[in-house]
Amino acid sequence: MSAAETVLEVRSLTVDLPEGADRRHAVADVSFELHRNEILCLVGESGSGKSVTSRAIMGLLAHGVRASSGEILFRGEDLLRATPKRMRELRGSRISMIFQEPMTALNPLKRVGDQVDEVIAVHTGTPKAKRIERIVELFDAVQLPEPRRLLRSFPHQLSGGQRQRAMIAMALALEPAILIADEPTTALDVTTQAQILALIHRIQGERHMGVLFITHDFGVVSEIADRVAVMQSGKIVETGSAPQVLGAPRHPYTRSLIAAIPSLVPKERKRAADAPALLSAIALEKSYRSGGSLLGGKDHRVVHAAKRIDLTVHRGETLGLVGESGSGKSTVARCIARLAEADGGRILLGDVDLRPLSRRELRPYRRRIQMVFQDPYGSLNPRRTVGQLIAEGPMVHGMREREAMAKASSLLELVGMDPRAVGRYPHEFSGGQRQRIGIARALALDPEVLVADEPVSALDVSIQAQVLKLLADIRDRLHLTMLFITHDLRVAAQVCDTIAVMRYGEIVEHGATAEVFRNPQNAYTRELLAAVPGKELGMATGIDRGGAEASA
Amino acid sequence: MKAFWNRFSRSRSAVVGLAFFALVVIVALAGPRFFPGGPFQLVAKPFLAPGDGYLFGTDMLGRDVTAGLVYGARTSLVIGLTSTAIAILIGALVGGIAGYYGRWVDEALMRWTEIFQTIPFFIFAILLVAVLAPSVKSVIFAIAVVSWPPMSRLVRGEFMAMRSREFVEACIGMGMSDARVIFVHILPNCLSPVIVTGSLMVATAILTESALSFLGLSDPNLMSWGFMVGAGREFLQRAPWLCAIPGAAILLTVLAINLIGEGLSDALNPRLRQL
Repeated sequence: MSAAETVLEVRSLTVDLPEGADRRHAVADVSFELHRNEILCLVGESGSGKSVTSRAIMGLLAHGVRASSGEILFRGEDLLRATPKRMRELRGSRISMIFQEPMTALNPLKRVGDQVDEVIAVHTGTPKAKRIERIVELFDAVQLPEPRRLLRSFPHQLSGGQRQRAMIAMALALEPAILIADEPTTALDVTTQAQILALIHRIQGERHMGVLFITHDFGVVSEIADRVAVMQSGKIVETGSAPQVLGAPRHPYTRSLIAAIPSLVPKERKRAADAPALLSAIALEKSYRSGGSLLGGKDHRVVHAAKRIDLTVHRGETLGLVGESGSGKSTVARCIARLAEADGGRILLGDVDLRPLSRRELRPYRRRIQMVFQDPYGSLNPRRTVGQLIAEGPMVHGMREREAMAKASSLLELVGMDPRAVGRYPHEFSGGQRQRIGIARALALDPEVLVADEPVSALDVSIQAQVLKLLADIRDRLHLTMLFITHDLRVAAQVCDTIAVMRYGEIVEHGATAEVFRNPQNAYTRELLAAVPGKELGMATGIDRGGAEASA
Repeated sequence: MKAFWNRFSRSRSAVVGLAFFALVVIVALAGPRFFPGGPFQLVAKPFLAPGDGYLFGTDMLGRDVTAGLVYGARTSLVIGLTSTAIAILIGALVGGIAGYYGRWVDEALMRWTEIFQTIPFFIFAILLVAVLAPSVKSVIFAIAVVSWPPMSRLVRGEFMAMRSREFVEACIGMGMSDARVIFVHILPNCLSPVIVTGSLMVATAILTESALSFLGLSDPNLMSWGFMVGAGREFLQRAPWLCAIPGAAILLTVLAINLIGEGLSDALNPRLRQL
């Protein structure tokens, strides 16, 4: 790559945020080069300015956000000073972009074929028949099945992975010199992600494009990047070749990010041998029906979210329920917490079957099973103070207000927050802090079982590591039993003693975490494990993990 | 509260609306003191033009138009506010229960709501007042009955969106009663759209009341703006102010309330608040 031709050069780009934002520049003095025939990964956590940089290149900055200085040179031509007409010519033909959410990036009312056709028609004078030929060729190239039929399909008739493939086909339609991919696999399941990454990698190699790949995930970086640029609060803190940045990061921020990636090697944890079963589900059934109405009418669709699920959690144990979206893992958790009503089977807490209990009869058992939710923004009532949120549970169960508030303060301390936070409102806190508040609220009822539904998947990796550590800490200190739902095998490896892998509403494999990771029995489990991006990361890198964690 | 006022006062038209509405309220509260004889008292010769000894002149029977306006303001406000309050109460209750419980409860309540929505609301109001004999109570009742369905649909939509939010699930998971979840947790989060829509409903209610009394379907013992317009219309050419003045009062009051409603909408809308 010594004589690499530079296709894009960004020189001290600064992008201003509107007045009153929490910082002045979204991007400050950022410079990098993108060569022909390489994949450059722009990595950073939320708010690092990586997406703003990509939008600036495309000339798609939001209102009020403005590139105030610097240059973006596309083969010597400054895109910041290009006329809107010139930008339209370049966009889609010389520089194209694929987005995170393929469902919203495609127009739901137009056939997929027509949308790709439009790009070609707008930029070239190719006759219709030739364009169709070209689209079929492109669909073939991105490995879409039955290209001729898909031409006539609407976006909602495609799966998430197929939609992203169609987006990529659209982006490739005019053989662009540069492809900008903004978190193109973040909304996808891990197995689909692996396929799309492989596809982007292959196509880049075949067409010798320069790819600017934006991601927050170092696993993805290690799968795909030739070179890496790490961004923090609007600045690039480190640039280098992928092996160098991943293997021997120089900047402390990069080190802390890489160290925060949970390892795929399961943690060994001392377990109380033969502890009694505390929570179990026996032949749990749940299906969702759509359609139908008051006056009868047929049910249109029945989805079996849980088919005869059997699982047992022993006292003090953490069971991980792992699976991709739509596997039914959340449904099972919600049935166990009685937030959804199971259709059949038994839910045993100790030796009480919770399923047949009415809501009134259930109340004394509610406090023994508490839930931690995924969304740190949606799971706290924005109109109640933090103190009220935490103290409310105990008060509903008969505790006096003063005691409950005192308890709220001490719980905040337990989850590593300032107890004075009781008087403040949730919107004053960051995502990680809110998740701590959510944990404190769950602990307020002194539960025996904690059901955690993807508690860290909405968080940045460094925050994620802190919250996972807190959960493990609290679990050990309070001898909690935990049902941990996650799609992320790395997280599962760090937290869970046993795991159950779910697919299409069934448990396909169930066993001790170390055993399942070392020697997966089921083909799907093997596929899941193989699809985890950047498997070598966080296993045996030359980084002193302890030291990096301390600096985080 | 101060932040709220800052956002509200950013819109000048909303502040003007609020000022005018406040004026109407003051007139309605304090005005009758200056007209101890009431609005039906004959004070002078009929058809005195405005300014001719009386601010807004006199009507065909020699009643003071100003006194009519002042007492009419009282009628309009009482009927507008009370009927809206009742409509919000019914609408929030029906919509809240439908949205929270969903399934057949929702189906049943919404079909019931639709029965009301399929009848043209003004004809329905006329029918109710005619059947119940015109009085303040029956007018309030009629207006409330015809105006709650849109409110119930609004609240239902808000509740359905809130119902699946994780913080509501967290409440249920703690073992809270439905009543507590509904009133303490969900309702306060739906208040903004309810307040905005409610403020606009007051304007509609005042219009409806005016229209009813224009047709003579209001309490015969109460002076009201609509009644004044209705009574004056026979003399439109000879004494146009008899219609124009109460008509302008209706127009300006309704406009003021609409401006307040829009100001509230801007101030309470969380998406605009971030800007």
